Amino acid sequence: MSSLSYAAPTSVDAAVKLLAGASGLAKVLSGGTDLLVQMRAGRFKPELIVDTKKIPGVIGIREENGAFIIGAGTPGAVVEAHAGLTAAWPGLVEALDLIGSTQVQGRCSLAGNLCNASPAADSVPALYAAAAVAVVVGPNGTREVPVEQIPTGPGRTSLARDEFILEFKLPARPARSSDAYLRFIPRTEMDIAVVGCGISVTLDANGVCTAARCSLGAVAPTVLLVQAMADILVGNKLDADTLAKLDAAAQAAAKPISDKRGTAEYRTKIAGVLARRTAAIAFDRASGKATGKTH
Amino acid sequence: MNYISSDLKVVGTRPIRPDGVDKVTGRALFSADTRSAGMIWGKIKRSPHAHARIVSIDTSKAEALPGVRAVVTSADFPEISSEMAFVGEGPMNFRDLSDNIMARGKVLYEGHALAAVAANTQAIADEAIALIDVVYEVLPHVIDVDEAMKADAPVLHADMFTAGVNPKPATPSNIAKVVTFKKGDIDAGFAAAEVIFEDSYTTKPVHQAYIEPHACLATYNPDGQVTIHASSQGHFMIRAYTAKLLGIDMANIRVNPAEIGGGFGGKTLIYLEPVAVALSRKSGKPVKMQMTREDVFRASGPTSGASVTVKLGAKKDGTIVAAQQVLKFQAGAYAGSPIGPGCMCGFAMYDIENIDVLGYDVVSNRPKVAAYRAPGAPISSFAVECAVDDLARMLGMDPLALREKNAAVNGTKTHYGPTHANIGYTQVLEATRAHPHWKAPLAEGHGRGLAVGFWFNIGGESSATVHVNEDGSVVVATGSPDVGGSRASMGMMAAEVLGIDISKVRATIADTASIGYTFVTGGSRVTFATGMAVTQATEKVVEQLKARAAQTWDIPVDAVEWRDGKAYPAGTNAGAFEPLDLAAIALKQARTGGPINSEVSINAQGAGAGFGAHICDVAVDKETGKVEIIRYTAIQDVGKAIHPSYVEGQIQGGAVQGIGWALSEEYIYNDKGLMENPGFLDYRCPVASDLPMIEAVLVEVPNPRHPFGARGVGEVPIIPPMAAISNAIKGATGLRMPDLPMSPPKVRAAMDAAG
Repeated sequence: MSSLSYAAPTSVDAAVKLLAGASGLAKVLSGGTDLLVQMRAGRFKPELIVDTKKIPGVIGIREENGAFIIGAGTPGAVVEAHAGLTAAWPGLVEALDLIGSTQVQGRCSLAGNLCNASPAADSVPALYAAAAVAVVVGPNGTREVPVEQIPTGPGRTSLARDEFILEFKLPARPARSSDAYLRFIPRTEMDIAVVGCGISVTLDANGVCTAARCSLGAVAPTVLLVQAMADILVGNKLDADTLAKLDAAAQAAAKPISDKRGTAEYRTKIAGVLARRTAAIAFDRASGKATGKTH
Repeated sequence: MNYISSDLKVVGTRPIRPDGVDKVTGRALFSADTRSAGMIWGKIKRSPHAHARIVSIDTSKAEALPGVRAVVTSADFPEISSEMAFVGEGPMNFRDLSDNIMARGKVLYEGHALAAVAANTQAIADEAIALIDVVYEVLPHVIDVDEAMKADAPVLHADMFTAGVNPKPATPSNIAKVVTFKKGDIDAGFAAAEVIFEDSYTTKPVHQAYIEPHACLATYNPDGQVTIHASSQGHFMIRAYTAKLLGIDMANIRVNPAEIGGGFGGKTLIYLEPVAVALSRKSGKPVKMQMTREDVFRASGPTSGASVTVKLGAKKDGTIVAAQQVLKFQAGAYAGSPIGPGCMCGFAMYDIENIDVLGYDVVSNRPKVAAYRAPGAPISSFAVECAVDDLARMLGMDPLALREKNAAVNGTKTHYGPTHANIGYTQVLEATRAHPHWKAPLAEGHGRGLAVGFWFNIGGESSATVHVNEDGSVVVATGSPDVGGSRASMGMMAAEVLGIDISKVRATIADTASIGYTFVTGGSRVTFATGMAVTQATEKVVEQLKARAAQTWDIPVDAVEWRDGKAYPAGTNAGAFEPLDLAAIALKQARTGGPINSEVSINAQGAGAGFGAHICDVAVDKETGKVEIIRYTAIQDVGKAIHPSYVEGQIQGGAVQGIGWALSEEYIYNDKGLMENPGFLDYRCPVASDLPMIEAVLVEVPNPRHPFGARGVGEVPIIPPMAAISNAIKGATGLRMPDLPMSPPKVRAAMDAAG
C-alpha cells in the first residue's frame, strides 16, 4: 500500500528540510485547489505534502513605499478585499478573482496558480504584465526571480524540488499607471481561459504610453510575455491604428494548439480581440477614465 | 370525481417544499450517503479502448491483494437471452443491459465495465483494479453517426441485421432499425408546393448532468435475500433489472429509494446494482459502489447525437402542404435510441396533409444512450423549428403567424396515428402573441427567435396508499421517486380531497416491499398518474370517514356529506348533529371499525399532451462569436399547476438544459475514440450567471382525464430552446447555425465565412 504524509512546518527552514529529505515525490501545498484535484484524479501520487500556510509571510499583504508584497499563499478572497492593492493593480486582482468559484477563492493563491504552470492560468498573465518578482526560498537561502522565469512548460517550473515561493513583490507604480486582464471563456465563470491577456501601462499627461508590459495566456506551452505588443503601445496613444497593430502583434505572437477548449485558428483571432479590449481597459484606468472592476 | 371546476383551497397554492429543510441542511440521504455495518467498497475496471476484443482477463493478482474480498467479471453473471424489456422509460434489451454493465467478449466504448472488485477500503479496491490484467485486441472504432452508417464502417455487433427493411439484409451493420411514419402523399404534396425549403442539421449527444452520480449499497444475505439502497427514477425498475440480470426472484429483492439528486431520464436504467449484488454475494459483505463524475460521463448514457434533414413545401399563403424529415440517431453501443419519439414529435405541432418521416437507429462506439427529458423530441424539433423559421423568411411571413396558420388543433390526425384531443396548443400560441416579450422592440444588434415543442406525456401504473393517523394527520405513500416535487403535489391533492390543511399531510415514498408496483418517474407521468392514484385512494378514505360518522350518528352513509375536512349531516332530514372533523373521527377509529386507510393501484390512461412556445432574445459578440441570452420566455400549457412554483421550476430547468444543449454542451472525442472532456469543467453546462431569469408563463387548459386537470410538464420545456436560440442568432446575424452546439468558435467561423 502506498502512503501519504502531511506536514505543516512553521518555518522556511523546516519546510525546505522536509522537501529535501523526501525520498519520493513531495508536493508543496498552498490552497490545494489544483493539487488536491489532481491527486484525486490520480495525476500525482505524492509521498509527502508540505503545507506552507503556517510559515510566517506566506499569507498576508503589505505595502512598502508604494510597492506591494503579497504572501505566496494568500487566498484570492483576501487579495480581492485589499483596497490599496486593488487600486494599484486592478488587473492583477481581477485576474486572481476569476479563478474558480467563491469557495475556491477562499483558498486559491498566486503561487499555486503560477507553480501549477498551466498556460491557461488566469493570474499568471497579469503577474507577467505587472513585472512581479517571486521571492524563492530554498536550501541556499533566498533568491528573487522574475515570475516569467518560473514556468518552463505545462506543469513544469524552474524551481528545484526543495524550493518554493515565499512571496511576490510588485513594484511601486509611477503616476498614470494601471493594468487589466481579460480572458475569453464560453461561459461567464467557472471555466478555463481559451485565451487570456494581461496588459500593464504607464501613460504621460497626454495619454501617450511610456511603458508597457503585455502577456498572453493559453496560446503557447507557457504564458507569453510579448515584447512586440509592448513595443506597439509605447510611444503611442490608443488610437485605431495602434489597436489594429496591437491586434496583429498578438495574433503573430500566439502559437496555440487546437484542443477541447478551442481551435488554434480561433484562439489566434481571439488573442487579437482580447489584446485590443484589454489595452482599452488598461489605458482608461491609467488615464483615470475608469476605475473598479470590469467583470 | 373531478375537481376541475371546484373552488380549490390547496391545489394551485405554493406551500413550502416538504423536502426543503432536509436538502438545505445537508441531511437528506442520497444514494452515496447510506452506510451499513461491515460495509466494503466496490469499484469497476473500465475499458481504456473505444472498441476491442477481450482476449483474456487475469484477476489472480487482484484476488491475492490483502483486503480484496471479491472480484467479478461477466463469468459471474448469467448469460441472458435477447429479450425486450419495458421496465425503464425506453425499450431495453435485457441481454444488452447485461452486456452493458459487464462486458462479455468485447468492449464497445471507452469506460465499458469489464470487471469489478470489492475490498475493505476504496484505496485497496483502486489498487486491485490496477492489478487486473486484461489483454485486448484493439479493433477499429466509429463514433460519428453518419460514419457508422457507411458500408465499410467497423461493425459493433456481428448479429445486428437492420430491422424494418425487407428483405432482411444479408450482412450485419450498425443500423439497428429503420422506422417510417407516413401521412398523405408526400410527392403530391411537394408537387403542389409553391415554395420549398430544405436544410440539414446536426446535434451532439448531451448528458442529463444530474448532480448526483450513480451510487448504491447492496447486501446479499446468506438466505438469498437482497437489500439495495439506491436513488433512481424507479426502485421497481431497479428490482426488475437486478432480478433478471442475476436470476433472483423479485420477492427476494427489496429496494429502498434514496433521495435522488436529479435524473432527467438518466436514472431510468441501472449500471451498478447487479454488480454490487454480485460482489456482495461473493464476499458475504454489504457492498457500496459509487461512480465518479468521470465514470458518469464515460459510462452512463447521454441522449443521442443526430444528423437530420428537413424538407418543407408550402403555398405562398403559408399553408404547409408537405413535410419530410430524415433522422439518424446515435444509439450508443447498443440498439435503442429514442428514434421513435424523434420521428413522431417534430411535426406533431402542425396540421399538415402530407408527411413523410424516416428514422435510423444507429450504434457506434459510445456509451449506450439513456432517456433524457422528452427523449428524441428536442433533436427532431431543433431541425423542424429551424426549417419552419427559414420557411417563414422565404414566405415573408411572421414566424408566429406561420405557426398559427398551420397549428395542430383538436381533431388533427398525426402522422404517427393518434388524433389530437384535449390539447391546449391554440391557447399557447394566443398567449405567445399576447405576451409583452413578443411585442417588445429589439435592441440594435439583438435577434429574437421563436420555437414550439410537443410531448405526449404518459400515464401508466401507479400505486398509492393513504393512512389516517390516530391524531387526524395523514400519511400518503406512493411508489414514485420524487424527482420534481411529487411529494408536495401528492400531499396537496390528498389535502384538497380531504379538505384539510397541507400541514396535516405528509407524503413519502415507499420501498418495493411496502407498496404496489409503480412504473418509473418518467414521461412526465407522476403528477398525472400517481396523482390520480392518490386522489382515488383519498376519496376512498373520505368514504370511510363518512361511514364512520354515519355509524356514530346512526344514520345512513348517504345522509353524510364531507366538506372542509368535516362530516356533516346532509340536510335537516338527516338529523341535527354537530359536524365531526377528521381528528375526531380518527381518534375513535379503533371503536368504529379499526384503522382508516386505503390503497389504490391503477394503470392511468388519458395523459394530456403538452405544448410549449419559447421566445428568446440574444446578443452575439461578433468578434468572439459568443452568444448571450438576453431575455427568455417559456409559455406552456400545463393543464393545471398543482404547485405552480414547482411547475415554473420544471419549465425554467428544462429551458436551461436546452440552452446548454444549444450553446455549449458536447462530448469531445479524440481520434482514438476516447472522450476528452469527462467533467463539468470542459463539458459546459450553463452556470447561473450565463442566464437571464427564465420567465415561465403557465397556460392552464385542464386535462379532463385528470381529477384536477393536470398534464405532465417536465419534458416539453427542453424541446424548443435549441431552435429558438438558432433562430434568434439568425435574427441577429443573418446566419443559420445548423450544427449544435452553437459555440463561440463555430459562430465566429460562420461569420468569417460569410465575410
